[in-house]
Amino acid sequence: MLYIKCPYCGLRAQKEFSYGGDATVKRPNINEEVSSEDWDNFVYMRKSPRGKHIELWQHIAGCRQWIKVQRDTATHEIFQTAKVTEEIR
Amino acid sequence: MSQPFRLNKEGLINRNKKISFTFNGKKLFGYEGDTIASALIANGIHLVGRSFKYHRPRGFFGAGVEEPNAKLQVEFNGHSEPNVNATEMELVEGLSATSQNCWPSVNFDIGAINNFLKMFFPAGFYYKTFMWPKSFWYKIYEPFIRKAAGLGVASIEKDKERYEHKFEYCDLLVTGSGPSGLASAYAAAKNGAKVILAEDKPRFGGTLLTDDVSIDNLSGKDWAEKIITELKSMPNVTVKNRSQVFGYYDHNMLVMFERVSDHLEKKSKFTPRQRLWYIRAKETILSTGSIERPIVFGNNDTPGIFLSAAAKEYMKVYGVLVGKKPLIFTNNDSAYETALEFKKNNVEPIILDTREEHSSELIDEAKSKGIDIRFSHGVIVANGYKKVKSAKIGKLNKDKNSFEKIETVDCDCICVSGFWTPSVHLASQSGNKLKYEEKIDAFIPDKKKQHETSVGAANGSFTLEESLKHGFENGSNLSAKITETKTEISIPNVNEKKYGAHDKFWCMPLPKNENPKRFVDFQNDVSVSDIEIALREGYRSIEHVKRYTTLGMATDQGRTSNLNGLQLVSNIENKIVPEVGHTTFRPPFTPITIGTIVGREVGMEYMPTRKTPMHEWHEKNNAVFVDAGAWKRPRYYKLGSETLFEASKREAKNVRENVGICDVTTLGKIDIKGPDAAEFLNRVYTNAWMKLPIGKARYGLMLREDGIVMDDGTTTRISENHYHMTTTTAQAANVLSHLEYYLQIIWPELNVNVVSTTEQWAGAAIAGPKSRDMLSKLYPDLDVSNEALPFMGYKEAEFFGVPSRIFRISFSGELAYEINVKSDHGMFMWEKMMEVGKEFGNQPYGTEALSTLRIEMGHVAGPELDGRTIPSDVSLNGLVSKKKDFIGKNSLGREAFNVESRQKIVGLIPIDRKSSIPEGSHIVQDQNAKLPNPKLGHVSSSCWSVENNNPFSLAIMKDGKNMIGKKFFAVSPLKNKSIEVEVISSHYVDPEGKRVRS
Repeated sequence: MLYIKCPYCGLRAQKEFSYGGDATVKRPNINEEVSSEDWDNFVYMRKSPRGKHIELWQHIAGCRQWIKVQRDTATHEIFQTAKVTEEIR
Repeated sequence: MSQPFRLNKEGLINRNKKISFTFNGKKLFGYEGDTIASALIANGIHLVGRSFKYHRPRGFFGAGVEEPNAKLQVEFNGHSEPNVNATEMELVEGLSATSQNCWPSVNFDIGAINNFLKMFFPAGFYYKTFMWPKSFWYKIYEPFIRKAAGLGVASIEKDKERYEHKFEYCDLLVTGSGPSGLASAYAAAKNGAKVILAEDKPRFGGTLLTDDVSIDNLSGKDWAEKIITELKSMPNVTVKNRSQVFGYYDHNMLVMFERVSDHLEKKSKFTPRQRLWYIRAKETILSTGSIERPIVFGNNDTPGIFLSAAAKEYMKVYGVLVGKKPLIFTNNDSAYETALEFKKNNVEPIILDTREEHSSELIDEAKSKGIDIRFSHGVIVANGYKKVKSAKIGKLNKDKNSFEKIETVDCDCICVSGFWTPSVHLASQSGNKLKYEEKIDAFIPDKKKQHETSVGAANGSFTLEESLKHGFENGSNLSAKITETKTEISIPNVNEKKYGAHDKFWCMPLPKNENPKRFVDFQNDVSVSDIEIALREGYRSIEHVKRYTTLGMATDQGRTSNLNGLQLVSNIENKIVPEVGHTTFRPPFTPITIGTIVGREVGMEYMPTRKTPMHEWHEKNNAVFVDAGAWKRPRYYKLGSETLFEASKREAKNVRENVGICDVTTLGKIDIKGPDAAEFLNRVYTNAWMKLPIGKARYGLMLREDGIVMDDGTTTRISENHYHMTTTTAQAANVLSHLEYYLQIIWPELNVNVVSTTEQWAGAAIAGPKSRDMLSKLYPDLDVSNEALPFMGYKEAEFFGVPSRIFRISFSGELAYEINVKSDHGMFMWEKMMEVGKEFGNQPYGTEALSTLRIEMGHVAGPELDGRTIPSDVSLNGLVSKKKDFIGKNSLGREAFNVESRQKIVGLIPIDRKSSIPEGSHIVQDQNAKLPNPKLGHVSSSCWSVENNNPFSLAIMKDGKNMIGKKFFAVSPLKNKSIEVEVISSHYVDPEGKRVRS
């Protein structure tokens, strides 16, 4: 079980969190024209990297904040966690 | 009552307490502190089981976790457990053990015919034999394999025992209480660290209990006792015996299995049987020791053949002789200690040493005691079927591939030692890539992957001095980093015997024309010839050889077989062992009970039960409940001997004719506040929300970004910047997370807060043509006319002195209202409604009637919003704004969503107006068409229309409304039904929606 440092609550067990996918995907702005290609990339296309990956988790059984976690997908090492408003690297 | 193989004095058992037990029905006794194994050996019993594949007689081989053979069915404390390791299970009064995998008895086992057919059971037997003909699989092969597979019998009784889970944190977890573990724990404890010391066995000390050593002029055993006593007295230390750390997971999470009370005759009511510890350790010391490696020879699985250290442990710990005429077969010095121990107990052993004549401290001692030592010798084959009677031994030539001399010697046991294998399982589980250590011909941990440090024999240090030194140093250094305190500890003086070098020899050759089975893996019956076949057939990767032969795949995880298997492959392939590599170690290290994994999460504790405030009333009034997530919802209220069908029909009919009330507390409720709330709702829902007046509700539809409908519900504007959203019961948690996602990540600029209020409000729906009359009685001072409280209207008013919210919304399609009061007032509200509603014929209705009402109205719910439908599929495109942007809008333009023939919602009625249509039925043109019969759609929801008194279903069907008027078949192979149906509109009752507005 992973040990995830919530930027608001501190180190907590994985079972308090739920996974939320790739944090680097950017949603096209609301009310702005978007090409179907860009839209499809946003909705469907995800990289599945082996190694460092910045992802979203939500502290559902805690403060309910969405957070960013930089994790190695192969070793599960967590390098950094941050609030969603903060940048990782 | 005599125990012919029990020594008079030796051992750590309690000779003052006799324990009686039975084995295969025979009454026997042992002493407190015995294992089943030691007690049986004391009674001269060695034949305890039959092997997995060939049903060969098997006895004990080890004295602990390494045991591959002695797995028994054990009944104790009122339960029966299969595959119990006889070498680990402690004796308790009244225990009853029986042999497994044999019929009619362990002495005469019919399955043993497999042994004589063994040429027909080579490696890959199952893969090769059960391939064809295909039609044989179900009727012949599969039942045969099922019958043959497995060892013990799992109980079908409910497990009455109590199991617990415990979560713990510590600075240093020490796994194993041998010399290096004790030293590490002691040094860390002295530095003030929070330490957990776990020992798998009942007794602390590991090899200190059996080795002839002294530390600071104390015997190993006494020194261990002194350290443990001190550790137990320290508040920062937790010392646990009968506790095995069996898994090393991510981020230094280790899991430990504690056998709390299996060894107790009596225990208090709440004492758990076993306990699972989740331990998050800052640092971990792996002091798991090593396991003796056997040498492979002919019929090496015959009862009476032991690992030499096990034989020593039986003498020193249990005061039991494994035999009175022992042969010691070794490639190293450690077995000499076993020989000396035999000698000490007046038993004359013969040592067969594969090494050429040489000298070492132990060899010299054995010689001086007059022990018969034969160098360059080994056991070729053991004779005896159910017990070793003699052994054919041979003098090896210089190349050790043939014999100079062969003779037969009498013996009643063979104690074999092929040097030592560090227990690296936990290190490997932690992610540590192991490395091959030439010096000891075994794998040891390489670079750390997590915060784990292997010490002592687990790290390949086989001397006491080194083990203690590494233990003290690592325990001290690792803990000092955490506690920032360093207490100097002097490393004690050690007196131990020096070992000479071992012989790199693990498999005896066979003389010409002799072909006895030479087992590598006892538990899975894998022999040398099986490995040879696998290689001959082209398997090269050790992982493939493992799977093909099942080498090391039994519950003992190949503890005594993996390295010998690797060595064989490397010899045949002419590769060095590290090139062959090793297979993967996975948790659990030893089998653990399912009960322990489950812990307290059984029955009522499996998951939280959510009950509405009106639950007790429902219970008292014969509600039959249905699970809706964690919620319990009344499915119907049973009157007399009514069936579900009858009751739900009655309830639904009463709503259509009079009035009914339904507990809708379980609907998800989310409070939305903030100046940008309207803008947020406008983005979340597909329809327009900017102009919703205060005091009005609106039905809303939300999509996922891929255009699929996520949820629906009504949201009401309570005040300027305050909205009350409802979601379906099932999606409540997802919708909240969804809203939080957009507010926190995508649009943080929106000033909006959301919070779940599901538990804060109790809700009741009042539905039916007489609902307004009933409402006016519930709110005598309030104008509830159609003008004052129109459809989708909202009012706040006192409900008999209690604040309440009135929403005029309808799921049933009837004139209906929903009343919310604070949860604490839920029961009051409900009882009041029942009382006031009497004169209007009010009856409560459950989810079954609720479904009937919504289905015949054509209102969609979960079965239609199944994660595959877009708004136009379910006739909700009217709610999709063309003017504004919203979540998922861009996806709705996708080509596949807009083809004319896309499946859409329709209604179905059976042609005979009688046969109900099973949900999940496929809609086909021709019920007799050849398979695969093209599917035109599926039945999503079915009910008995109370309005029209015939069955009615909703279906998602290709070409949707264009099919209306046509006839098809709804086919359910599952229910073995095929029903001719006609397609009609999905709005079966009141298609104009007049009633809700009446």
